[in-house]
Amino acid sequence: MLTFLRRRIVSSALPLLVVVLGVFALARLTGNPASLYLPLNATAEMRANFTAKYGFDDPLLVQMAHYFGGVLRLDFGESLRTGEPAAAMALRAFPATLQLAGTTMLLAVVLAVIVGCWAALKPNGVADRISSFVSMAAASVPDFWLAIMGILVFAITLGWVPTSGVGGATSWILPIATLLLRPFGVLVQIVRGAMVSSLSEPYIKLARSKGASEFRVVTRHALRNAAAPALTVAGDLTVSLVNGAVVVESIFGWPGIGKLMIDSILQRDFAVLQAAVLLTAVSIFILNILIDLGYAGLDARVRPAGRRKKSSRAASVVVAEPKERKIHVQTTP
Amino acid sequence: MRTATVSVPRASMIDDDVVLTVTGLNVDLRTPKGVLRAVNDVSFEALSGRTLALLGESGCGKSMTAKAVAGLLDPVADVTGGTVVLGGTDLAALTPKERLAYAGPELGIVFQDALTALNPVYTVGTQLGEAFRIHEGLSAKAAKVKAIELMRRVGIPEPESRVDSFPHQFSGGMRQRILIAMAVALNPRLLIADEPTTALDVTVQAQIMKLLRDLRTESHMAVVLITHDLALVAEEADTVAVMYAGNVVETGPVKEVFGTPHHPYTRGLLDSVPADVGRGQDLTSIAGSPPELHRIPDGCVYQSRCPLVQDICRAIRPTLEPDGAGRAVACHFSEELDNV
Repeated sequence: MLTFLRRRIVSSALPLLVVVLGVFALARLTGNPASLYLPLNATAEMRANFTAKYGFDDPLLVQMAHYFGGVLRLDFGESLRTGEPAAAMALRAFPATLQLAGTTMLLAVVLAVIVGCWAALKPNGVADRISSFVSMAAASVPDFWLAIMGILVFAITLGWVPTSGVGGATSWILPIATLLLRPFGVLVQIVRGAMVSSLSEPYIKLARSKGASEFRVVTRHALRNAAAPALTVAGDLTVSLVNGAVVVESIFGWPGIGKLMIDSILQRDFAVLQAAVLLTAVSIFILNILIDLGYAGLDARVRPAGRRKKSSRAASVVVAEPKERKIHVQTTP
Repeated sequence: MRTATVSVPRASMIDDDVVLTVTGLNVDLRTPKGVLRAVNDVSFEALSGRTLALLGESGCGKSMTAKAVAGLLDPVADVTGGTVVLGGTDLAALTPKERLAYAGPELGIVFQDALTALNPVYTVGTQLGEAFRIHEGLSAKAAKVKAIELMRRVGIPEPESRVDSFPHQFSGGMRQRILIAMAVALNPRLLIADEPTTALDVTVQAQIMKLLRDLRTESHMAVVLITHDLALVAEEADTVAVMYAGNVVETGPVKEVFGTPHHPYTRGLLDSVPADVGRGQDLTSIAGSPPELHRIPDGCVYQSRCPLVQDICRAIRPTLEPDGAGRAVACHFSEELDNV
């Protein structure tokens, strides 16, 4: 298992390096911070002082070397806006995103498993048709539109929930509902499909031949086998949820990493942007490792060889490498 | 469901008791082409300590019959008539929930393809112990002890260390042994073996059949062997029911049925066994192929391939007529068969 972890970490180092580089390069394409932070009538001398102070006049390679040195020391520099350490700002914003994404995914998975299993029990039955329609609709609606409509109807017209910000429990309802729909819709389809195929496998008949009840057949035998494809998709959906949070957090004024990224881009706050993107990339990388470990937990056939007990004298050792997963990070909305 | 709720004793103590009586079993399939009769008016008996073979080509309804008896039909298939009496209870009259108490303690089934029949995500120990957890309410730990016993009983070496292995870590023969162990876990009266050796190579086949025979003798089980293999029937079975297009066309003791077949289909099957065929000579086979389910004719099901066919065969379907000496045949001209 440790070998497996080590290999995963090493193989993820290169993509992370590319992300670090990409963020550095792209951020500098967005414009000169001096023209944004200094008044329009600032003198050339003032501009020169500003760029010299923050090192923007150094050759790009030197800037990059500074930047990399900082990254290694977990020092991303200070925010241009507030003068605070960038890493601290990113770390402060991150829990809000994590809470939002985590709660949403948890709800989406639980609901999708219930609805998906219900639909799979009788393919083409009434439940299947209803859930198919609802989930397709849920998966197809763009979340920014939904967010705006939600605010219009429930916050402004009906006044049931606040329009934005983090307050009491009610302030969570709209952001979660908005983010929830797509992963829920997609997952229902996946769970249903995986359950239909696993319920028609011969091992289901074997379980029935042992007198297993319908509940036991569905939860122990079918669901456990259907979990692997659902886990893959849930992982990808979580990644897109963290990315999609950029839009939804901006609309709802949610003080998370997405909003921080947008604000830093708009303000040419390179240090904060770099810290935020790198933090997101690292969290996605950790998520992928967790998913791979989840696979191994679910299915012995994808378990790395090291974990298997020596005594089990395997007749045929099948070690399937877990599916390679990419790190996607959206740097611009 | 605990064993206490099943009042009848589990396994018979003596041989030749009637364990299973199937009478007039019909199974219908709901298909886009309408409702099709896959198993028609099938009757047979299985005796304790004996093996009954259901013999027939693919698609003749033998597997469907077995699944109907075991209550494991696919959702598109329904039992639409007949009784399946096992140890005094008509299983066909029970609700699916009530049947659960019989699946395991009264009736075990061995499936064909051991690789796909075992659940890939659980250890064999977990799967072997499941019957004890369901029917006897044992703890996981106690069930594992039982699983090791079972593995030893079916001849799996080093059961203590292999109990925690997963199905893909076993060879095909060992997997089939595990499936058999699962079927006999609770000492059922009746064991249905649905093509238990089809997926195995020949040497392993012999070992598996010996295991089934030994288990049958040990616990006086009635065995229903589903197969298309004439040699296997000749070696393993005491009685045989030959099936064609969903109907039983001939039954009786294997030696007699194979010695002097009374149905032209049985005779055709036996004639197609290559015996003294020299190199270059054609193998004998039955001309034509079995009718598709939606094209089964009104009269005799075998009329399109039968060398003895007459007008009456096209008009009236012969019923299975017992001869009073333990054999039965469904043919209008069975007496004339010997003269052809």
